[in-house]
Amino acid sequence: MYLGIVKGTVVAERKSAGLEGKKLLLVQPIDDQHRPTGDLQAAVDTVQAGEGDLVYLVGSREAALALEPWFVPVDAAIVGIVDGMDVKR
Amino acid sequence: MRCCRVVGPLWAAAKHPAFASRPLFVVQPLDEHGKDTGASFVAIDHVQAGVGDQVLVLTEGNGVRQILAMGDQVPIRSMIVGIVDAVDMASGAGEGGRA
Repeated sequence: MYLGIVKGTVVAERKSAGLEGKKLLLVQPIDDQHRPTGDLQAAVDTVQAGEGDLVYLVGSREAALALEPWFVPVDAAIVGIVDGMDVKR
Repeated sequence: MRCCRVVGPLWAAAKHPAFASRPLFVVQPLDEHGKDTGASFVAIDHVQAGVGDQVLVLTEGNGVRQILAMGDQVPIRSMIVGIVDAVDMASGAGEGGRA
């Protein structure tokens, strides 16, 4: 899993079966120092996250497993909203 | 698996039910000399690791599902599965990449 900051929402009227009604958010993946670690990505939201939230995501096949039904074409899912971190560097 | 250092705990109240009552940590991947390499990421803990510990982190979901035995629908990909006591490198090895 990895950290990210929610930057915005994605609206797509026509989607693959299984994605109907799923909220899509634009997320910037970051490390624990809030440094970007790659390009923006669209992720499906399972925890009612909102813009500006620090979240953690799961990628690849496990992203689909966060959804019901789970056999859907997604490769990034927001699975938690981070309340705090105590990182020692 | 990756060799990582536990950087610190992370709290989340709103999370997928599969993460309920599982400790979450930020972990930093290490190279063969114990130096930071690459971006930190988030893992659940299965071995009571502590902050600063060098740990083994499984980064693949099927192994995690086998360990947790919660069925086939577990959206977890990374898990701390061991605490590293020592790493021995053969002399000269590891200079040019990973063995």
